[in-house]
Amino acid sequence: MTKTMKSSLASARGVSRRAFVASAAAVGGGLAIGVDAAGLTKALAQKVLSSDVNEVGAWVVIKPNDEVIVRIARSEMGQGTLTGLAQLVCEELECDWSKVKAEYVTPGENLARKRVWGDMSTGGSRGIRTSHEYVRKGGAAARQMLLQAAADQWKVPVAELTVEKGIVSHAASNRKISYGKLASAASKLDVPADVKLKDPKDWKLIGQGVPRLDTVEKTVGKLVYSIDVKLPGLLNASIMDAPVFGARVVSYDEAKAKGMPGVRHVLKVGDTAVAVVADTWWQANEAVKALNIKWEEGANAKVSDESINAFLKDGLTATDGVFVGNKAGDADAALAGAAKRLEGTYFSPYQHHVCLEPMNCTALVTADKCEVWTGTQNGDATLAVAAEASGLPPSKCEVYKLHLGGGFGRRGFQDPVQKAVLLAKQIPGVPVKLVWSREEDMRQGRYRPVGLCKMEAGLDDKGDLVALKMRIAAPSILTYAAPSRLEPSGRDIAAFQGLNPTGPEGQFGYTVPNILVEHAMRNTHVPPGFWRGVNNNQNAIWLETFLDEVARAAGKDPLAFRRAMMANHPKHLAVLNAVAGKIGWDSPAPAGVTRGIAQHMGYGSYVAAAAEVRVSDRGKVKIERLVMATDCGYVVNPQQVTAQVEGSVAYGLGAMLYQEINVAAGRVVQENFDTYQMMLMEDFPKIETILAPSGGFWGGVGEPTICVAAPAVLNAIYAATGQPIRTLPLKNVKLQRA
Amino acid sequence: MAKLNINGKTVDIAASAETPLLWALREQAGLTGTKYGCGIAQCGACSVHINGEVQRSCSITVGALKATDKIVTIEGLSADGSHPVQKAWAALDVPQCGYCQSGQIMAATALLAKNPKPTDADIDQAMTNICRCGTYSRIRAAIGKAAADMASLPAAPGKAKKA
Repeated sequence: MTKTMKSSLASARGVSRRAFVASAAAVGGGLAIGVDAAGLTKALAQKVLSSDVNEVGAWVVIKPNDEVIVRIARSEMGQGTLTGLAQLVCEELECDWSKVKAEYVTPGENLARKRVWGDMSTGGSRGIRTSHEYVRKGGAAARQMLLQAAADQWKVPVAELTVEKGIVSHAASNRKISYGKLASAASKLDVPADVKLKDPKDWKLIGQGVPRLDTVEKTVGKLVYSIDVKLPGLLNASIMDAPVFGARVVSYDEAKAKGMPGVRHVLKVGDTAVAVVADTWWQANEAVKALNIKWEEGANAKVSDESINAFLKDGLTATDGVFVGNKAGDADAALAGAAKRLEGTYFSPYQHHVCLEPMNCTALVTADKCEVWTGTQNGDATLAVAAEASGLPPSKCEVYKLHLGGGFGRRGFQDPVQKAVLLAKQIPGVPVKLVWSREEDMRQGRYRPVGLCKMEAGLDDKGDLVALKMRIAAPSILTYAAPSRLEPSGRDIAAFQGLNPTGPEGQFGYTVPNILVEHAMRNTHVPPGFWRGVNNNQNAIWLETFLDEVARAAGKDPLAFRRAMMANHPKHLAVLNAVAGKIGWDSPAPAGVTRGIAQHMGYGSYVAAAAEVRVSDRGKVKIERLVMATDCGYVVNPQQVTAQVEGSVAYGLGAMLYQEINVAAGRVVQENFDTYQMMLMEDFPKIETILAPSGGFWGGVGEPTICVAAPAVLNAIYAATGQPIRTLPLKNVKLQRA
Repeated sequence: MAKLNINGKTVDIAASAETPLLWALREQAGLTGTKYGCGIAQCGACSVHINGEVQRSCSITVGALKATDKIVTIEGLSADGSHPVQKAWAALDVPQCGYCQSGQIMAATALLAKNPKPTDADIDQAMTNICRCGTYSRIRAAIGKAAADMASLPAAPGKAKKA
């Protein structure tokens, strides 16, 4: 059913199906490594976990000095999950928060202990929302064990004991003892199978904006990212992979590179890449530039923006490779009978993740062991790929996780790990740190997919929306990155994020009597990936900006027009109302300022934004104010949720304003920040964040609000210009005030 | 081999003259708090102070530096995170992933050393480092807090003023 561009290679370029599926399954969540310098040193010394001290259940270690170490299985990449997860455990543990540290568990240990720490994958805003229950139970179980140890020591019933901040008390006998003194005995008790969790109304630590556990190291330059790993005898490597995705290496100037200062080895990595291993990375990278690699590029070298656009355009009308995501009534008949019809075709370009820490991985392979040091969003997948690439069983592999210098979905993909292991395997016993240059990082991305979308609407004679059609023509991320998650029909459910009629992940927030949402899958040779917010980004922009066009055609206020369709969607409506109220939608905007509004549901959370912009006479846009609201059910750490909301704005608006990845001659055009512009301080708007947790569910936080920032701003610009914006980024659009 | 003055100490650096200072700091001096982000002076992750001026170390070669040039990296800003800018950063929980923050702090300290009361426009102009996580509003607030904290310090605080 799916359609693949003729010239394209759908393969994962040298990655076997098994590793491929493993890495796909891996994209999704995971945390681990000592945040404290001591924990980090331990990991780097290849000592796995604080197992020599008192482990009270799998999640908690308590030292004799009362220090509490919370085990973290997911990954910290800036989103604050590590601190949030520790708060969840400690809420139930009833320990002294000032004595808490966090420690990553390793994927090898997780495997050896039958996955006692669960899923390590950290993506889809899942870090907290899919592990909150079992980590709280881990804390509760530890508390129960510690109380039992006290009861055993004092020979009193557990029911007579109380605990506060890690001090157990027996009021009747006026005795007190700290967790540190009970931990040894507690660690020998069985972990209770069934524990009762607190009622949310009794939470003391959950909901508090406590400082992150990993901040200070980041302000003194001491946090070790994987690019900073130091090991005895470490060599450094730089790599160049085929700029035309999938092309095979034909020749390269090995002698020239080998003769350069510091160079130790020049080695092929798989069929598509060549790496240089040197004393220092700078030397290795200079030698890579001298390799003069020739590739057999094949038909993919003819692919360009133009050919991709033509391929997508075909998808707007095609009947093959088309999947339905949302259908009610008869949209075609309702359109035919509508009093007024409207249509528009929208374009969204490829985007790059641009983690500020370029992709990198350190590997050490011997005949019977493979060790990997890296920042990964999915420790389980890293382990699987290390095993695959080294040829060793997973039980002989280990992964030491470090904090990520940005993830955004890119570090769920394991290609840097695969390459580092394939390289290190050729130099057994020597640890090799493979770091991609920024140019290599830009050329070898997993890009947010390009897309075209045709929107059609039908209004009745009262100006109400009676028909909505949405035909998306775009590559499928799951087909490339996680084929096991495709439905049997081949449908990529992720293509419909936020447009699905039901389901907790991202529900369509309007009631339209006749609706048809389709995805014409059009896969190119450019590898697509999960990019913070994933397809919610484009889907929300297309839908929410088109709705403003339709509202205008209906002669209605954009907010009122939306509200009329939201009676059955109270949670969507509540956040929309919250931003409308805060921005003062019902009162006039300041002179020269226009407003826009948008709402969406993604990753289980309800989000909305309202924007105020000033469009100058010369068409320059100044975003003056943004109000963002999120209902993520429960808020674990409000100051960190606020940080995520603000950060998502920079990511979403940077893409909307400036960013596009172009394809020419089969390769990515943009290779660094001089051509791929980032949002900087001067353009960052004033943001007011509304946290509106309504309770009873757990929604994600890292991604959802990204989806509403751009459409709210675009709608505000539309209000000023009256000209629909259907092509992004905005730098390519000439704006003029109406 | 070059002699460089890094964080108040003269050190021998076994790097060729064309080696960028960034890589000499990271790979020869072992100071990995200074980060690589782009290599073309665009992102600012590699920002250090040279004779009190903030500079992008990826684009200055070892050969262009004299042994008398005073290079200060994030590790040399304070021994223990006690510089008022670092304290403000921690107090407001500025970092997310943290990778750019060494450079942001070096840029902010250079700004405050010259301009103890920067306006928003001054901050916009001086703070051109990329933060992909989008911590800009907290960076702005932390600069304001550090400025206020430094203004209330007793006279001649020494290191903080010079940084």
